[in-house]
Amino acid sequence: MTALFASDHGVNVAQNVGFYIIAAAMLWGAFRVVTTRNVVHAALWLVVVLGGIAAQYILAAAEFVAISQVLVYIGAVMVLFLFGIMLTRATIGEETDVNNQGWAIGIPVGLLMFGVLAYVTLDFTEDATLPEPTDEQITGATMAISDAYLGDYLVPLIAVSFVLLAAAIGAIVLARKD
Amino acid sequence: MTSLLAVEVPYWGQSLLRVLGGIVAVLLPAGTIVYVFLFKMMSFMQSRLGPMEAGPYGSMQLLAEVGKWLQKEDIIPENADRVTFKMAPLIVLVSTFLLVVVVPFGPDALMTDFQAGIYYALAIGSVSVIGILVAGWSSANKYSLLGGLRAAGQLIAYELPMVLAAVGVVIQAGSMNLQQIVVAQNTYEIFGLDWIGMPFVITQCVGFVIFMIAVQAELTQPPFDMPIAESELVSGYMTEYSGFRFLTFFIAEFATAGVFAFIASVLFLGGWGVPFSWFGWDTVDSVDNWMNVVGPIIMLTKMMLLVGIIMWVRFTYPRFREDQLQQFAWKVLIPVSILNIGVTAILKVAV
Repeated sequence: MTALFASDHGVNVAQNVGFYIIAAAMLWGAFRVVTTRNVVHAALWLVVVLGGIAAQYILAAAEFVAISQVLVYIGAVMVLFLFGIMLTRATIGEETDVNNQGWAIGIPVGLLMFGVLAYVTLDFTEDATLPEPTDEQITGATMAISDAYLGDYLVPLIAVSFVLLAAAIGAIVLARKD
Repeated sequence: MTSLLAVEVPYWGQSLLRVLGGIVAVLLPAGTIVYVFLFKMMSFMQSRLGPMEAGPYGSMQLLAEVGKWLQKEDIIPENADRVTFKMAPLIVLVSTFLLVVVVPFGPDALMTDFQAGIYYALAIGSVSVIGILVAGWSSANKYSLLGGLRAAGQLIAYELPMVLAAVGVVIQAGSMNLQQIVVAQNTYEIFGLDWIGMPFVITQCVGFVIFMIAVQAELTQPPFDMPIAESELVSGYMTEYSGFRFLTFFIAEFATAGVFAFIASVLFLGGWGVPFSWFGWDTVDSVDNWMNVVGPIIMLTKMMLLVGIIMWVRFTYPRFREDQLQQFAWKVLIPVSILNIGVTAILKVAV
């Protein structure tokens, strides 16, 4: 399948076309997150952005990461966002006070972030083209991730889970009435 | 995977077959479930005949119902958020179609061979929550909003036992790929009997019960139907939906029941396979091509069996209370399923 679309330079044309289409949708979604005047709509546009990231991971043959993205960000974080918004303030129609006064400061910060990330990415890859993943790499990806998690990175994994445990206990303490 | 019934199919042909197969795998179970269980079994359990006029034994009633819904007026409440109101049923239906993608129906009759198949199914299953929440919110109706919030709370609570129950199977099969889970169940042996394979329902019976309870709750079927409790919330998040938008929700509900039953039969009942020793197969590649035809029929039978149980429970038990439902998930199902994982892991290493 992949060989059919690969050009002479080893660049997968279909994959690149897919990348730019999804990236365009993600950019538009991200733009709407900050410009829409309804909180629920902003959350739904954020779902588009996060779903786009999952699609990009699929294109990069990282299906396990893509599924984790869907499970964690769309299935848990965004559902919690929407749940919280609907429990508190979920007016239908446009609101006037969604933006705060200092929103313009976000533009230079965003541009700076983009510049740094773009520089790091370009500097790191140095125009190199990633080779097509082999079938073994694709089918073995999930196993490789689990080996890394429960092997080399076991201590950081446990450390992170303690941070999450602390956060959960903190949330319970804050929510307790007595 | 390039051959289906030993005929070489070009890539575009395979893609087309997969799309058609996906549509059939979603809509055929939905229609069958509605006719066999909702129209007929429920009627017989209530000592009545059910639909009898349209077609022999009312078998064409389904078409009549669809026709009725399609020609109804499409009513959108004046205060509703129109775009998201229209989008919500589609999100729910699309998540059903995405769910069926990983289910294998035969050695080659599968849509995609995801390595992390069961993980994908459980992740995509949570996407429909967004559709339900949005449906509840955008209807501009307090009953709808309450129903949506209840649904979200319930689906989040029952997602966890479902995932944890599936983990036991993953540990035992040593793979998250649904195809390999099927192969494992049909090549392993239990009690030294090689002619029954090892359907995980025997070794993972605790996980199976938890999984089926969680499926019942995920589908918001009674006794877990607080989100659409008609005596309290009219019809919950579906209150304002009529005509074909309601039909979309309706199809999604029963199609999801079918797809979850497919997944449960893959995880616990041996999926499309028969014990490979019957025909002297040893790996999935040596399975004869006719299994691509017999496999889907086996899957359909197992699906009907499991949905029959789901519907039987649905027509039998009264509704839980909201607090009972949450306590049941967090205080009973989740601890038991974690215990199940622990025992499975220990036995997997020890035996």
